[in-house]
Order: sequence, then C-alpha cells, then structure tokens
Amino acid sequence: MANETEEQDLKERKEPDPSRRNFLKNSGYAVGGLIVGGVVGSLLRSPNKSTTNNTNNNGTTENKTPANETVNFNQALMYFTQEQFLITEAATERLFPADDNGPGAKELGVAYFIDHQLAGEWGVNGREYMQGPFYKGETTQGYQGRLKRREIFDIGLQEMQNYSNKKFQKKFKDLTPEQQDEVLKDFETDEVKLTTISASGFFKTLFGSTMEGAYADPLYGGNGNMGGWKLKNFPGNQMSYTKIIEQDKFEKMAPVSLREHLPHS
Amino acid sequence: MATKLPKTDVVIVGVGWGGGIIASELTKNGLSVVGLERGKERKTEDYYMVHDELRYALRYEMFQDLSKETITFRGNEKIRALPMRSYGSFLLGDGLGGSGVHWNGQTFRFLPYDFEIKSKTIERYGKSKIPDGMTIQDWGITYDKLEPYFNKFEKLTGISGDVNPLGGKRSEKYPTPPMKDTPGMKMFSDSCKGLNYHPYHMPSANLSEQYTNPDGIARAACQYCGYCERFGCEYGAKADPVVTVIPVAKNTGKFELRTHSNVRRVLHKGGKATGVLYIDTTTGEEYEQPADIVVMTSYVFNNARLLLLSGIGKPYDPKTGTGVIGKNYAYQVLKGAGVGFFEDKEFNIFAGAGSLGMCIDDFNGDNFDHKDLKFIHGANISYSQTGARPIQNNTVPPGTAKWGKDYKAASVKYANRHINVGAQGSCMPFRHHFLDLDPTYKDEFGDPLMRITFDFEDQDRELVKFMGGKCGDILKQMGADKVVANTELAPYEITTYQSTHNTGGVIMGDSPDTSAVNNYLQMWDTDNLFVIGASAFPHNSGYNPTGTVGALAYRAAEGILKYHQKPGSLV
Ligand SMILES: Cc1cc2nc3c(=O)[nH]c(=O)nc-3n(C[C@H](O)[C@H](O)[C@H](O)COP(=O)(O)OP(=O)(O)OC[C@H]3O[C@@H](n4cnc5c(N)ncnc54)[C@H](O)[C@@H]3O)c2cc1C
Ligand code: SF4
Repeated sequence: MANETEEQDLKERKEPDPSRRNFLKNSGYAVGGLIVGGVVGSLLRSPNKSTTNNTNNNGTTENKTPANETVNFNQALMYFTQEQFLITEAATERLFPADDNGPGAKELGVAYFIDHQLAGEWGVNGREYMQGPFYKGETTQGYQGRLKRREIFDIGLQEMQNYSNKKFQKKFKDLTPEQQDEVLKDFETDEVKLTTISASGFFKTLFGSTMEGAYADPLYGGNGNMGGWKLKNFPGNQMSYTKIIEQDKFEKMAPVSLREHLPHS
Repeated sequence: MATKLPKTDVVIVGVGWGGGIIASELTKNGLSVVGLERGKERKTEDYYMVHDELRYALRYEMFQDLSKETITFRGNEKIRALPMRSYGSFLLGDGLGGSGVHWNGQTFRFLPYDFEIKSKTIERYGKSKIPDGMTIQDWGITYDKLEPYFNKFEKLTGISGDVNPLGGKRSEKYPTPPMKDTPGMKMFSDSCKGLNYHPYHMPSANLSEQYTNPDGIARAACQYCGYCERFGCEYGAKADPVVTVIPVAKNTGKFELRTHSNVRRVLHKGGKATGVLYIDTTTGEEYEQPADIVVMTSYVFNNARLLLLSGIGKPYDPKTGTGVIGKNYAYQVLKGAGVGFFEDKEFNIFAGAGSLGMCIDDFNGDNFDHKDLKFIHGANISYSQTGARPIQNNTVPPGTAKWGKDYKAASVKYANRHINVGAQGSCMPFRHHFLDLDPTYKDEFGDPLMRITFDFEDQDRELVKFMGGKCGDILKQMGADKVVANTELAPYEITTYQSTHNTGGVIMGDSPDTSAVNNYLQMWDTDNLFVIGASAFPHNSGYNPTGTVGALAYRAAEGILKYHQKPGSLV
C-alpha cells in the first residue's frame, strides 16, 4: 500500500522543462551525404513541423497542466506498483546520479523505462530459453534460474525494502543517499543473503537496465529530452557521417531521435 | 504424415550467405532450386527504424528466438551441459540472409598457412611443436587452388580494400578502393609503421563507393552511419545476401524461396540423400521436399545437428578420436587487446562502419617465428571504428567505481576519448572440443539441442598474453596517455559477446577417416549432399570467417554443377 507521501511524490512529478520544447524546435534536421534508400529519404518530415515530443492537452479534463502545455503521456506505469516504482527511481538515481555533467536517472525517466520494459517481452524473457530442467550451473554457463525478470524485480525490490527497514528502519526511498548506496553495495557484493534470487544478479540487471534507460532512444520512455545522449555528445540517429568521418576535430551535433523519421502532422 | 511435394533439382536448407550463393550460382546455370529458410523474409525497407541500439543490439531483434531453439554448453565432459538461456558469447542468425544481414562485413582471406597448417608447422618446427590433444589437420585444399573463389566472393560483395602486404598472392586487386581514413586509423597506421609492421585497410563489405557487381547488382556507398553490426543496412551498402545473391536467384525464375520453413531432417536411403523433412511454422504442417541434391547451409550448429539427427555420417567420439560429425569445434580467441585513454583528444567514434579499420598480419598465421613461443598461429591485430553507441560504450580506466557519480563522470568523459586495439586470435581444435546432441534439452519440436563442449587451452592463454602485449605497444606508440593491455584469458564462458565465429563440426579434408566432406564440401558418405559453412573449417584462423566461407561456397557451387552433370565423387 502506498502511503500519503508516496502519492504526493507521484503527483508532484515535474513536467519536462520548457527547454525541451525549445531544443526540439531548434534542432533542424540536417541530412548529410547522399540518401539512396528512397523510403528513408522521402519520409523524413520537414524540420519545422510538429516539433514537440508530446500531444497538446487542451484541458478538457481537470488537470493541473495548463492548456497548451505539453504532457508526457508516457509517464505512467504499465507494470510496477507505486512502491516498486519509487524504489526503482531512487535506486537508479544513485546508480546514475544527477551531477555537473547533467541529468541523472530520475530526470531521464529511467524508472519509467524499466517499468515499460518489464511490461513487455523482456520482462517475461519472451525470446529466451526457459524450459527445464533447471540446475545450478557454473558461472561460465550463465543464468540458469526459472524466474523471469518481472519476478526477479518483484523479489529484488521487496528485498531492498526489507533490507533498508532492517538496517536503517526506513524505506529505501527515505534513506539518505549514503545509506541508499550502502544498501546497493550490499546487494552488489552479495552481502545480502537471499534464498530465491541472487542479490548481485539482481543488482547487475538493475544496473544494466539503468544504463539502457539513460541511453536508449527516448521512444522507450527513458533518455528524457535526449539528455543521456547530450551527456556523451552522442548525436543519436543521424543519416550519414560521410562528411565528418575523416575529420580530426570533434564534431558536436544536436542529437536526433527516431521520432524524426516519421511524419507527424 | 508429411505431405510429399514435387521433386526439385536442389533443395537448400537455410538461406543466409551460403544458401544465397548456392541459390544464385545454381539457378543461373538452369537448375531448379527450392530454398527453405525458417525465419522471415527481409528487405531493405525493414530498416526504416534501424538506428535503435536497444531493439537491435540489446534485445537481439534480428537473431534466432532462443525460446524455440538454443544450444547447450559445458566447459568439459565432466560437467553437465546447460542451455544458453539468453544471448551472450555469440548470436545466431535468423531470417532471409541469415547472419549476412547483421554482420560487420570484415572480409578476409585465410592465409596460405591455414590450409596446410599441419604440414607447414611440422616442416618448420618439427612434430613436437603440436601439443598433445591438438587435432590440427590440413584442409585438403591449398590457398592457390581456392584463390579464384576468394576473388569471386570479393567481386560479388564489392570488397573495399588494399592489398594485404603479408597475405597470400592475389590474382586481382580488390574491386573497390579502401574505406576512408579516420584520425584513429591514421594513428594506428603511423604507430604500426613506426614499429616496422605492415598496416593495411581492413577489407570491407561496406562499400567505399558505389559498385556494380558481375551479376549487374548496383549498391550505394556506405554512409558510416555507426549502426552496422547487429543492424541491417538501410542503404544496401553492406553486402548482404538479400541485396546481392538472392535477387539474382529470384530473377532467374528458377528459385522458389519458402520462408517459415524449419527443416528437421535430411532424408536418405541407400547412401543418397532423397530430400528433407520440414515444418511450415505458420501452420504447423509437415512437408517432405524431395530433391536430387541436398545442400545444407544452416550455419555451423544446425549443419552438424541435422546430420546427427538424420543419422548421416559417423558421429565423432572424443574418447577414440574417431568419427567425424561434431569433430574439431573451434571458436575465436579475442581477449588479447588493449585500450588507450586520451586526455586531450576526442574522436568522432560515434561514427563508423562495420569494417572500417586498419590492421596488421605481422603476428598472424606463421608470419612470425614461433620457435620460442608456446603457441602456434596468431592473430590479426586491428583498430576498427564500428560506431560507439551509448548504451554499450562505457569504457572507463581500471580502478574507476563500477556505478554512481564517479562511474558516470568517467564513462561520460571517456566516451569519445578512448581507442581499442584488439587481436582476433586463431583457435586450434582439440580432441575434447566437439559438438554432439544434448541428452536432456530439446527444441520446440522435441528434437535434442546441439551441445558444445569447449574451453580455452594453454595455447590460447599464451596467444592472448603475447597479443595483448603487442596491442599495448601499438597503443603506446599511438600516444595514448594511459594504456591498459589485457594479457589474461579466463575460462571460456557463454555470457559475454565475443564473436559469432563458431567453426568446425563437419570439417573438410582429404580422407573420409578424418573429415566429413571433401574439398567441394561434398559429404564423403552421401555424395549428393553438400554441407557448406564454417562448419567445414578444421580450425579457425586469426580472421573473421566469412571471406573463406564465401570462397568455399563458390567452390561447392561449381562442384554441385559438375555433380549434376555427372553424379559421383568429385575428388
Ligand atoms: C553480429 C555478427 C557480426 C559478424 N561479423 C562478421 C564479420 O565482420 N566478418 C565475417 O567474416 N563474419 C562475420 N560474422 C559471421 C557471418 O555472419 C557468418 O559467418 C555468415 O553469415 C555465415 O553464413 P552461413 O550461410 O553459414 O550462415 P547464416 O548466414 O547464419 O545463415 C544460416 C541460415 O540458416 C537458417 N537455418 C538454420 N537452421 C535452419 C533449419 N533447421 N531450417 C531452415 N533454416 C535454417 C537460419 O535461419 C539462417 O538464415 C558475424 C556474425 C554476427 C552474428
Ligand atoms: S555503416 Fe555503412 S554499411 Fe554499415 S549499416 Fe551504416 S551505411 Fe550500411
């Protein structure tokens, strides 16, 4: 059960900052080099049309977002409970914190990304071999458990909560950042002894999906405002680098996401 | 009961590089060919949203669905093999074009030494150079004999490159000039020249310029888009069966392609293959496709597995070293590598192409003296710029925290400030490295999975130690501020990606006692059955395999045409 502060937390979740819209407006889509794939070239939309990532909300329902503000309808949950979401958000922010370089996991929407991934094929190990018999193998043989990622997250997040309560008498999200790091470290090093899953295995999956959520195309709900890409000066989805491939100077380019590949009216 | 279909001249099992080449060569020469591919149809237009690292590189969009079929693995015979439940060490192709769609396109010719490895090793160093248990053998063909077929594959694909100063003799130059030079490539090249090595451009199936091949197929130049390995090419610039051989086969009107067709058995009677049994995976219906000639091009694992499941050829027995199907499984030894960190230099490494790079063969094959070394063969050492995508590009100096603030800062700082130099180590076969049917785990139809028994040996550890040092030297000479060289090789494990360069299992040679196929890749025991792919390699060289797979496929195609005229053994 979510308590009041948690609900408050969710309600106060900030809408994306206005710089996002400005940025997208300004990101002219320059196509370098020769485009031969007809289908690719012809469907590129013009750069000055429909530049926001979100649909306008015209305020027909009661909503604290003012009319004409953009909302990100993607920021809702497909799998997690509120409690799971808040633990994930707090934990991923420690793994990938906001700093002088730029946004951290929370601002990038990493916890939404993980939620959405768990809701789909990846969450149920849909394209992985999950038939028995199950035996404990050598580490060289990889994961041999019967649990699917969703179940591993269910257990892992609950265990993080339990461990926090036991060690610090508080929920994970209410711990100080240093305490949260301690909990994470204890999972990373198997200091926490779990019977159902491997604590370090869960930590690895959590860390891996945090990096994915920071850097995958924003279409998946993370890498908000392409903020992850901007951290690394990664230009995203460009059509061609023929013009710069030989050049000695580092080329800074405004990143472009896959959304620019479809016409949006 | 399976529905029996009308007979065809040739049926092909799996339509990737091998299958595509066979289909085009045979149909051009008037044979009727049915191609059975278990995956789906593919075309360039599919790659409209291809610049998606998560979907293609990390969720394995284009690869075989492991829930239906995987392999099992154990390091040695004493432990229980367990299934590769999720992807790691290698990725299996699926769908039209197979792995030829999402490969890098690094297209090498194996060295003359490779084809006569045993004789040449003994000749130069004596018998004692070959350690106990190492089962290298000559291939039953020489480089010179295979040269025209290398040439054919390079012309088909339009390879961009310059002549390897230490490679085998060439009858012609590469069909297109080398790819462009990046600053990192120039640094590698200068460094190698400074060390008296012989750098050359990595031969590339990503085209440096527009090219029309001998079949009249025109393709555009590579755009260095940085989404190449694990992705399809939206430009058709990367040589891929779907944009080269398959349309040629289709144009003849002689090629009938059936996708979603999973072959379960090769049928045979009285020492001849009679056709194949397959399932239409869209309906679950079973079909028998009779044919005069059966060609297996279903990649290393299914080539060997289908033979074992069908009871063709003598299974390999590691205890006695007799039998041939499953013998000499080998891989690639990649851990000899180095990374250089640069404080004041940022590289545009987000840009790149699958086979954009420079390399040397000074330490490959027997191009250097092994007298005082505890290994044979060697590695191609290269710097390649294949596109550093952000989820997977997190190289940080050792000692950096593994997560949190410092990790983030370092991974961001060095994202574009590092250069990797790596050695593609050869892999020698051993008596106890082999493929057989798993006794426990099954595929979606209830057939046993392929079981791999494999680990790295002293040979591999010595090779890595040597090559890691060389990579480090090159990076130092390149001016890196900090160089970290890896010289250690842990036991083989199935969980991290290394390469999809699996080899052996249905090897070629000059005798039915020691090999499964002759130098036309014709089965010794079943002469109307041809088994094509890196499954034919008796060992793996210090290069990517496909240049040599392509050459062998062209030779096999010639053999099949001869056989069609005049049945019988081709050698
Ligand atoms: C990510 C990646 C990068 C690579 N990069 C390079 C590189 O740079 N250079 C290089 O030389 N090599 C590279 N390779 C390897 C190269 O792709 C393969 O060597 C080459 O594709 C092998 O050709 P093939 O015809 O043997 O198999 P494939 O091209 O894999 O084709 C086999 C086909 O058979 C089908 N099949 C399998 N079983 C059945 C069945 N039972 N019934 C019906 N169909 C079946 C499969 O679906 C597949 O389409 C790379 C591979 C990968 C995965
Ligand atoms: S790097 Fe070149 S060959 Fe590879 S996918 Fe991009 S355009 Fe195609």
